[in-house]
Amino acid sequence: MLTLFGMSVVIFVLMRLAPGDIVDILFAAAGYVNEADKKLIMKELGIDQPIWVQYVEWLKDVFTGDLGKSYRYDQPAWDVIRPLIPVTVELAVLATLISIVLGVPAGVISAVRQDTTLDYVLRVFSLAGLSMPAFWLGMVIILALVSWAGWIPPLTYVSPRENFKIHAVQFMLPALAVGYRSSALLMRITRSSVLEVMREDYIRTARAKGQGERKVIWRHAFKNAVLPVVTVIGIEFAFLIGGLVVTETVFNLPGVARFLVQAILWRDYPIVQNLVMFIAVIVILSNLVVDLLYGWLDPRVRFAD
Amino acid sequence: MATKPVTAADTGLELVRAPVARPARAGVWTTVVRFTRKKPLGAAGAMLMLVMVVAAVFADVLQTHDPIATDAAHTLAPPSDAHWLGSDHLGRDIYSRIVHGARISLVVGVLSTLLGSVLGGIVGLLSAYFGGKTDLITQRILDILQGLPLLVLALVMSAALGPAVHNVIIAISIPIIPRAARVIRASVLSIREMQYVEAARALGIGHLRIAFGHILPNTMGPFIVLGTAQLGSAVLVEATLSFLGLGVPEPYPSWGRMLSVSAAEYAQKAPWLVLFPGIAISLAVFGSNLLGDALRDTLDPRLRGS
Repeated sequence: MLTLFGMSVVIFVLMRLAPGDIVDILFAAAGYVNEADKKLIMKELGIDQPIWVQYVEWLKDVFTGDLGKSYRYDQPAWDVIRPLIPVTVELAVLATLISIVLGVPAGVISAVRQDTTLDYVLRVFSLAGLSMPAFWLGMVIILALVSWAGWIPPLTYVSPRENFKIHAVQFMLPALAVGYRSSALLMRITRSSVLEVMREDYIRTARAKGQGERKVIWRHAFKNAVLPVVTVIGIEFAFLIGGLVVTETVFNLPGVARFLVQAILWRDYPIVQNLVMFIAVIVILSNLVVDLLYGWLDPRVRFAD
Repeated sequence: MATKPVTAADTGLELVRAPVARPARAGVWTTVVRFTRKKPLGAAGAMLMLVMVVAAVFADVLQTHDPIATDAAHTLAPPSDAHWLGSDHLGRDIYSRIVHGARISLVVGVLSTLLGSVLGGIVGLLSAYFGGKTDLITQRILDILQGLPLLVLALVMSAALGPAVHNVIIAISIPIIPRAARVIRASVLSIREMQYVEAARALGIGHLRIAFGHILPNTMGPFIVLGTAQLGSAVLVEATLSFLGLGVPEPYPSWGRMLSVSAAEYAQKAPWLVLFPGIAISLAVFGSNLLGDALRDTLDPRLRGS
């Protein structure tokens, strides 16, 4: 809660520090500046007030459920943001699933086959994933599809009700581009976590009593190595939003992240403020979910207090 | 008889300063060979970084064309003898632009990493050294900064500061501060309890001097590891910001900018516009990641895999 409050102050002040505001941009587009009109618009938008007055006004509005009005669209901010949320959430969930499916098994294999060629190949592959910008990977995927398959992905957003197949393809590609990067992180953490557990005494015990290697790895080692992996999944889910900023732009998907960039460029304060707060809330919520999962996965945490 | 001035020799204090035999240091070359043998991937990363540094330093020599000169007669030229990696929609030579882009990427990456790690390091050092309420308040503030994805924070920052090279550096360094502060704080917390710190205090040495003179040098290992690890992500964030038009402004040839809208528009006709700058970014980040991993394993085994 305190974190949220602090974050709101930081975001608010930052946005006001920015040179130029929406009025300047609007007038620049119109090509002439009428000082009286400018004053009038500034007054109407409330940005002629001192900064702390604006902040208090905003807080008051947020607490009464009013997220303010978008300067640019002349609509309540919430109305503008709401239709964008499902797109980003769908992308984030898909990308997270892809990263788990790719990253966790790769990490386990890499740990079990430590220092073999396979381990090196997997590690280089994952490090490559961490090194490629997700938006570039997206561009290359599109390019490859166009030149080899002669297939051009739809340029505008297709809703699942319109055409589910095209919708699925449209979302799989960016999810793959973003998910590959997260899978690399997951693979690294899984690998080191499993490696650590494999050194424990109870693994030797399990082997000594003649248990199959597969059971030793998945039942005994993996189960105990999964905690740090869950933490990283939680953090990554929230931080995916950052990665989606550009990916949504490249794939032209109308999500929250792409809209954030546009709102920043337009200095649309209410939208930016509320979007960044929204991202902060998601980060905090996913931390909470991870904490709850901990208790469920690890009895030691549950009975600790 | 004039009184002889008291020298260090008379008091016996010199004994304390007498040079102590140092363990023989391995030569630089031996160290390099040993590192290469033990960490081939790390050495490969170091090579990539070296290539990037060379490109950045000697960009003016390595270029084949002026990186910002337009050439209306040769727009979107495919890779050839004249344009090794092709030319863009304004006829600018991609190869020369990539070589010069290394300069921007490296300068922005290194400076923002340095700025962020040094500021964060100082915050972490003082926070851990003084402890108590100072530590508590600092940690809360860092929580706030860390609660946002790195890219989102950098995005808002660079929008707020306006597009200019030094602003981009500041915008990228801010999200690094809390990460650096955490790492240095953790390592200072354990060093603080060591006996030599207690001894220094018993000798009456001031707090700041203990913190900076006696504790700080011992956090260099984690500091270097942190720096190399952050360098890659700083380069990546710079590319992303420039791609979105919030980073390094024209006419500087920045890798991220080369990939932005105009490149996407011509991508089908001229795929080299998209491929080569992206490969440059990936190799640079890949190199610093490889090197960072190897350094971490060598300098700070406790952090392995984290």
